[in-house]
Amino acid sequence: MTAGTEAPAIGLTHQGSEDTGLGHRGPESKSIVVPYGFWLFVLSDMVLFSALFASYATLVHATDGGPTTSQLFHRLLVAVETMALLVSSFVCGLAMIAAKRANMLWTQGWLLVTGFLGLIFISIELYEFATMIAEGAGPQRSAFLSAFFTLVGCHGAHVTCGLLWIGTMMAQIWTKGFQPHIMRRLLCLSVFWHALDIIWVAIFTIVYLIGTLP
Amino acid sequence: MSFFGRLTWHAIPFDQPIPLITSLVVTLALVGLAIWVWRKGWWPYLWHEYITSTDHKHIGIMYIVLALLMLVRGFADAIMMRAQQSLAIGASQGYLPPEHYNQIFSAHGTIMIFFVAMPFVIGFMNFVVPLQLGVRDVAFPTMNNVSFWLNASGALLVNLSLVLGEFARTGWLAFPPLSETQFSPGVGVDYYLVALQISGVGTVLTAVNFVTTILKTRAPGMSYLRMPVFCWTALASNLIMLAAFPVLTVALAQLMLDRYLGFHFFTNDGGGNSMLYMNLIWVWGHPEVYILVLPAFGIYSEVAATFSGKPLFGYRSMVFATLTICIISYCVWLHHFFTMGAGGDINAVFGIASMIIGIPTGVKIYNWLFTMYGGRVRFTVPVYYLIGFMLTFVVGGLTGVLLAIPPVDFVVHNSLFLVAHFHQVIIGGVVFALMAGYTYWFPKAFGFTLDERLGKAVFWCWFIGFHLAFMPLYVLGFWGATRRMQHINDPTWAPWLNVALVGAVIIGLGIVLTVVQLLYSIKTRDQRRDITGDPWDGRTLEWLTLSPPPHYNFAVLPDVHGEEAYWTRKQTAIKEEKLIDEPNYQPIEMPVNTPTGVIVAFFASLCGFAVIWYIWWLAILGLIGAFAIFVWYAWRDEHEHIIPIEEVRANARERRRIRMEHLHTISQST
Repeated sequence: MTAGTEAPAIGLTHQGSEDTGLGHRGPESKSIVVPYGFWLFVLSDMVLFSALFASYATLVHATDGGPTTSQLFHRLLVAVETMALLVSSFVCGLAMIAAKRANMLWTQGWLLVTGFLGLIFISIELYEFATMIAEGAGPQRSAFLSAFFTLVGCHGAHVTCGLLWIGTMMAQIWTKGFQPHIMRRLLCLSVFWHALDIIWVAIFTIVYLIGTLP
Repeated sequence: MSFFGRLTWHAIPFDQPIPLITSLVVTLALVGLAIWVWRKGWWPYLWHEYITSTDHKHIGIMYIVLALLMLVRGFADAIMMRAQQSLAIGASQGYLPPEHYNQIFSAHGTIMIFFVAMPFVIGFMNFVVPLQLGVRDVAFPTMNNVSFWLNASGALLVNLSLVLGEFARTGWLAFPPLSETQFSPGVGVDYYLVALQISGVGTVLTAVNFVTTILKTRAPGMSYLRMPVFCWTALASNLIMLAAFPVLTVALAQLMLDRYLGFHFFTNDGGGNSMLYMNLIWVWGHPEVYILVLPAFGIYSEVAATFSGKPLFGYRSMVFATLTICIISYCVWLHHFFTMGAGGDINAVFGIASMIIGIPTGVKIYNWLFTMYGGRVRFTVPVYYLIGFMLTFVVGGLTGVLLAIPPVDFVVHNSLFLVAHFHQVIIGGVVFALMAGYTYWFPKAFGFTLDERLGKAVFWCWFIGFHLAFMPLYVLGFWGATRRMQHINDPTWAPWLNVALVGAVIIGLGIVLTVVQLLYSIKTRDQRRDITGDPWDGRTLEWLTLSPPPHYNFAVLPDVHGEEAYWTRKQTAIKEEKLIDEPNYQPIEMPVNTPTGVIVAFFASLCGFAVIWYIWWLAILGLIGAFAIFVWYAWRDEHEHIIPIEEVRANARERRRIRMEHLHTISQST
């Protein structure tokens, strides 16, 4: 209970322990409870995406005489898109390191770069969607395209929410500094951002790579 | 598109007296209630203690109040259906036209599962789990409040469909292609989809909250195998919620995309595949049954142990059975559509899996029986429900095993036999448990017990009423009566349908008597005060604290020794004729109240309503509002308030004084 004595300072509901065990030494501290809960949320988000992947796999050949995967996807464009997102994840890690050192300038800077790379990703995705819709390959064309736009679009919507969150966090760090509860939120944000990367890797493989196999 | 989307005066059903008068009466009653509360000057109390409360006990009570209100609505639908089927035989068409009747059975199923059973079960988990774990609140108290209000927002939208527009006519799971725009162009399906999406968000947040609470915040010494069985079942139930509800979200979102943006997930044209919806909805739908019934099993376990005066028989096997059911519940969904062409081999796998799930359930039944065997059973109201449950549920389980055999399912699928089966397991399993839990934990929540005689009368109404209402449906099902019929051709079915109507009326009497019991118990509460906080000679930690417990539950978190935390402590105190030494009290930090939940739910309702009626500017406004309140909340500086040590000490000493007196009474009587 060494950490428990300073509990009020970091805002604990319970006189929590920093013990990472099975919780039988009493309630865990907020720095464990909050990220744990967020991990569970991410887990449920993964289940959501797994249902979208299952739908895509079911409908990928239901093209209704319309365009197929290999006619629509451009590997180069997706490669740039992927690089933008993967690098943004790396930069997000740098932001976390800077935050841990309570370095305002670098934290803000790296978060800005993270968000900028995310914005590039979203822009490319929107460009891809717009091109497809202009070619008559919109989501209303066939069940395959419905599933494609929903799966990829849902990931894109998550990234957009992430961008909103990054902006909010930047404002919050700026006004409130590196308080413990702000740091916990930052940790959750980075977990979220990395999780979106993992989902994108699956999308990249299942949708784009397999879809453009010769 | 006009300013109010597709919302016009025609949305109000001026030509249909039943919904119009009902909604008028309900609105007047609500306004009257609000004025009465205002005249009494109770609004500030309600606002601080309930509406904005982050206290898990008060949120739990709000869930249960919501569930009881919605039970009345769902039951009104039920009795209208029974009356229609008794009247509309042969030449008569009854009093409900098909389009209205179809809305009623859809609303009945939707409301009973999502807005009665779910909030009732979640309400108990809220109230009981932190107390049983020996802690002061759930892991995320504010999110808990948000979850409740999102659930209430969904309930509001479903009930709004009574007065504005219509509800779905597609059955409680809105199967496509019937639920697609082509066949259901109205707002009914949209009400259904939006309401369930909003309450679904609340449910996922609840699951996150409770899994974290149970796994990460327990009293010192409360290792996994010392948790009460109700906490285990709550954990299993929330794990299922966490994994199943996102799939529901996807299925409903895809149907929304089909309806709103012309996608082709489940349409007949464009390569759509409605079987995809069947699979997704039942991947959620079957585990949902276990989300409800596992906590019910937990309630029975608490009741059986307490009122038999014995530890639960086979605690570890109970835990093991619970987790086995938790996992197998994902492997049986296809038995909901054996007849839809999956083929013999796949049907066989899912049929066998469905039968296997009966084994851990059987283990539980024997455990409850052996708990009672050799015990000094006190035949209180919860025990009545326990015994009634075992008799009813075993038969319901057996008809379920029958349905799990694919060839039999081909004969009776979609018949009243199925309707009888799932009502038997849900009423006999879940509702009986909820009524038992209501009686069992009521004194903990309000400090006085419910009237025992009226409680038994309510039990007999449910027990007899249920059997009269649903046994005839098994017979009719075997004769080929399909479900959801607005008109009955064969007059020889009339006697059976009339018996079913009588059964429904008796259940209705039970619901009326529940209200009478509540009012009578409040009126005579001084005769039934729960002074000690332990009215049933309980075994788990919720009985350690006073009734009703202080906001912070425990002055110091209890130190747990042995499997039955409170029982061990109580027996030691009785043997040594003294309480444990007075601990060193500390000031306590508790989370502050917040109106975030109710405001977020307000914007969510606004946004949902706008989406249903295509009022896009309002939908965007709702979203911005919800985000703004979220950011406003994130900028707060005050997270917790401190309860001063003097207050904690005074309360704790008062409790010790009461307990010491009680201890003397016990030692004098023995």
